[in-house]
Amino acid sequence: MKTLYLMVPLAPLVGAILAGFFSSLLGRAGAHTVTSIGVAISFVLSVIIFQDVQAGHTFNGTVYQWMESGGLKLEVGFLIDQLTVLMMLVVTFVSLMVHIYTIGYMAHDEENWPEGSKAGTNSYQRFFSYISLFTFSMLMLVMSNNFVQLFFGWEAVGLVSYLLIGFWSVRPTAIYANLKAFLVNRVGDFGFLLGIGLIAAYAGTLDYAQVFAKRNELAALTEAVTGWPLITAICICLFIGAMGKSAQFPLHVWLPDSMEGPTPISALIHAATMVTAGIFMVSRMSPLFELSDTALSFVIVIGAITTLFMALIAIVQTDVKRVVAYSTLSQLGYMTMALGASAYSVAIFHLMTHAFFKAVLFLGAGSVIIAMHHEQDMRKMGGLRKYMPITYATMLIGAIANAGLPPFAGFFSKDSIIEAVHLANVPGAGFAYFCALAAVFVGGLYSFRLIFFTFHGEERFRKAHDDHGHGHDAHHDAHDDHGHHGPVEPHESPKVVTLPLILLAIPAIASGWLIGTILYGNWFGGAITISEVHKGMATMAHEFHGIFGMMTHGVTTLPFWLAIGGAATAWYLYIARPDLPAVIKQKLAFPAMILEEKYGFDRFNDWFFAGGSRLLGRGLWKAGDQVLIDGVMVNGSAGAVGWFSSLVGLIQSGRIYRYALGMIFGVVALLSLWRA
Amino acid sequence: MNSQLLSLAIWVPILGALPVFWIGSERRALVRWLSLLVAVAGFLVTIPLYTGFDVSQAGMQFVEKTPWITRFNVQYFLGVDGISMPFILLNSLITIFVVLAGWEVIEEKQAQYMGAFLVMSGLMNGIFSALDGILFYVFFEASLIPMYIIIGVWGGPNRVYAAIKFFLYTLLGSLLMLVALIWLFLEAGGSFSILDWHKMHIGMAPQILIFIAFLVSFAVKVPMWPVHTWLPDAHVEAPTGGSVVLAAIALKLGAYGFVRFSLPIVPDASHHLAPMMIALSLIAVVYIGFVALVQTDMKKLIAYSSISHMGFVTLGFFIFNAIGVEGALVQMISHGFISAAMFLCVGVMYDRMHSRQIADYGGVVHTMPKFAALFVFFAMSNSGLPATSGFVGEFMVILGAIKANFWMGFAAATTLILGAAYTLWMIKRVVFGPVGNSHVAELTDINGREFLVLGLLAVCVLAMGLYPFPFTEVMHASVDNLLKHVAASKL
Repeated sequence: MKTLYLMVPLAPLVGAILAGFFSSLLGRAGAHTVTSIGVAISFVLSVIIFQDVQAGHTFNGTVYQWMESGGLKLEVGFLIDQLTVLMMLVVTFVSLMVHIYTIGYMAHDEENWPEGSKAGTNSYQRFFSYISLFTFSMLMLVMSNNFVQLFFGWEAVGLVSYLLIGFWSVRPTAIYANLKAFLVNRVGDFGFLLGIGLIAAYAGTLDYAQVFAKRNELAALTEAVTGWPLITAICICLFIGAMGKSAQFPLHVWLPDSMEGPTPISALIHAATMVTAGIFMVSRMSPLFELSDTALSFVIVIGAITTLFMALIAIVQTDVKRVVAYSTLSQLGYMTMALGASAYSVAIFHLMTHAFFKAVLFLGAGSVIIAMHHEQDMRKMGGLRKYMPITYATMLIGAIANAGLPPFAGFFSKDSIIEAVHLANVPGAGFAYFCALAAVFVGGLYSFRLIFFTFHGEERFRKAHDDHGHGHDAHHDAHDDHGHHGPVEPHESPKVVTLPLILLAIPAIASGWLIGTILYGNWFGGAITISEVHKGMATMAHEFHGIFGMMTHGVTTLPFWLAIGGAATAWYLYIARPDLPAVIKQKLAFPAMILEEKYGFDRFNDWFFAGGSRLLGRGLWKAGDQVLIDGVMVNGSAGAVGWFSSLVGLIQSGRIYRYALGMIFGVVALLSLWRA
Repeated sequence: MNSQLLSLAIWVPILGALPVFWIGSERRALVRWLSLLVAVAGFLVTIPLYTGFDVSQAGMQFVEKTPWITRFNVQYFLGVDGISMPFILLNSLITIFVVLAGWEVIEEKQAQYMGAFLVMSGLMNGIFSALDGILFYVFFEASLIPMYIIIGVWGGPNRVYAAIKFFLYTLLGSLLMLVALIWLFLEAGGSFSILDWHKMHIGMAPQILIFIAFLVSFAVKVPMWPVHTWLPDAHVEAPTGGSVVLAAIALKLGAYGFVRFSLPIVPDASHHLAPMMIALSLIAVVYIGFVALVQTDMKKLIAYSSISHMGFVTLGFFIFNAIGVEGALVQMISHGFISAAMFLCVGVMYDRMHSRQIADYGGVVHTMPKFAALFVFFAMSNSGLPATSGFVGEFMVILGAIKANFWMGFAAATTLILGAAYTLWMIKRVVFGPVGNSHVAELTDINGREFLVLGLLAVCVLAMGLYPFPFTEVMHASVDNLLKHVAASKL
């Protein structure tokens, strides 16, 4: 079995290496074939391992020893249990779908590069190499049995995200966004590393099982220098890492900008997998988080803020990808709230359903973008449903699931989260419950606004295109190649694009029906620990009577009607009275501006952190290095030497009688000393 | 154990430099190939030092001892332990890269250029293996001369200022060290053996004075804040090879001095002054990190980045736990690879554009994709990405620092953000974006020789990041021994 475990991450790595280093040799078809086969192997093996784990065979073992120092043994190894194997399935399945989709999406990538750019000659192969490398990194992250390898995977997915957001490196916005993403993630990693350091210092090991075995000892300690309760400090530090990777307030700022990357990676990395690494990590650490109500309280409040306030921004976005991006932030907030409510399995369940329906939404958005010739502004779309029925149907499924309506997958996971938050007893749970409910309404609104705006109503693209001509220079050639000189005539995307959409839409509907098995059958076993004092999950298990019971109960509760209300509002505003949004925006100019400015975070960060650092750096450099150290100390001492030597130089006048006089004085002085 | 391996490591490059000088710069091809041959031979003779090294032994190995100046009991006394041995290999390996880097670009006096590097390589090996105070001092000072010449002759327009600043800064430091060496000689009853000094009892007041005397000398070399300002000037003016050796090897001499002299000879003073040393190290990490952020000259930026990374080394030494000290040593080796690679990358661009200004670039990836891939890789390792060597040392030192004091770890860990910020912001402006100007548009990608050098370094960086076990394995016994030694009071 161990060989199989090893092959799961290595198969995509081999694909990535082949496609990356032998791009000219393999050509386009060769590159997408080897990488897709690599990921397919991973997926098939994950299914086999899944069945093996179902049969009760979990695994925790070392592959090789990475290093040893000061009694701390650091190893590379795998922990295979229900939590891992579920993540492996989600990652490899979505990745495989994205690989196939990319064949269609990136088919004309050379148009995105300036003429003569050598980086553009095999960009297609490079893209496949990157997404396979990402799959490898993500698998290393979820399969790890220790913190070092976790951190490796953690940073490696960050690296690939950096490379992919900035994939079209000729665009200034893309390379701004990828630097921002990397640095904001590094802020999170800073906290994460401190948490790992505290564990190493106090537990003396970085192996999960050994750390968990010592958790009660750790809980009894306080941090020596700061005096903080140790376990709380560790959990909050680790969670700061999760806030970076899973884009929680206030480290959420990088995710919307990451939409500068090609759409397949928005689906794979910035919706389905990488951004859920934080959720996964906290679930993995449930034995530690369960010991600190302070940390859980922090988690639930951060999650609540993210859920509601990011959903609100989604309402005013006009870029189709950014609506989905803010929706992702909000959904990640839901998962985080579930973590804070000690409902780890629910968070993972929502992670899974979300991976499917959000991948559908993103890939669907990509399909629309192809059809619109790289136009992303919804104000220039409308009425697309009859031109691209498959994309429309699958995106509609994704949107309904996103809004959380039964019987789609999102309903089961989101409703469970709301219930878990309702039952939670950590401080801040009340606030979180309010945010969760409010965000349900907003979620219904933005999800259906997306659908109505894009696929229904007036066909604005005809008019817009005539008015605007060719706004995007980078895609100018694309239009000519396709022979579209007049208004755009949208058409359904090719099969390589629609097939993954359909394959992902199926679990976006049906994966929620597994709720009984995954949440209430003690399916996770020892992978997740819940303290006795947190009774939410136990209560929910008690109240659960099958999926039909849950649905019939669901339609009588507030969340359902809030979601319906949101959807109805969207219908009223964008189908019934399409003139209203402009009026509302005029009436509510100030709140609209706050939302459009995204609460001013970007502005503040640019001004305070980026600008402030440069100012500080320049100050230290000019005042410290140049004036104080070089000016006063170095050149000053050189000056002092010069001054002193000019003084001494006066004595060396070259006149014999002065020297003679000096000698006489000297001899007299020496003689008198000698006598004494 | 009787062996001449260390002598070979020292004298093969130095004696090999003589025919290089003799051939003269007119016969360029011969000079290059002979230099390469000598450099490779110099590296090959160091390999048995690793393969024949006994990892279970803490003491000195491959010891050679012959009287040299009998009047003052000065010995030709060589030996290495797990702390110094890796640096001899690193130095000899880097010398090969330096020879290859100067292959075509050095047009004037190439024989002298190559010869100077070969001589310096031998002298550096001498510094890392000398166990006699005077022998160490001679190698230490002698190594200044070739570097001074390299900067002063093959340097940039302001080379004379930089060379003199470099020379005076480091020379002034080492004079105080000579005083300390002589004092120790007298106190030890007429022995210059460093190993004898390790065992000697010394009072607190002299310990402090000796510590300060060594500190001045070594702090300049490292360089530690606030005696670091010579380094950016020296780097900017030095030719690429000079920068590589300066960053990869010369900076390590100061740090090595702390573990060979300061810590074991005056442990009580080291403990007493550790808070100051830690403070200076953390200032180097944070303050210099901010200064690096605003540099407009790529070489200056990397020079400041070097100072910041060396802050981790001194930090690791003075928190006195095994993971910290070993982390510092790993960081020294890793920085040897990464800083060498970063300077070589700038050299590759400078050779084509004759500019080091960030503003003169932009969109290099479109004309030099192979180079860009390597440059981004090294930039990532410079920002401490896991699976590269840059991560290992920083990670260990941060773990050690948190163990010693949470806030120390906190300050050190800011490098995660700062290091990424200054390195990747430079990458953004130089490598990515649209093609910046017509000069960038005419750039040609790296040739086979450049690819070989950078590729080999990339392999080193990756190997050390994926499997650091062999590196730390050789250090364990010596570091444990050192820490035991430092923990015992000498008063």
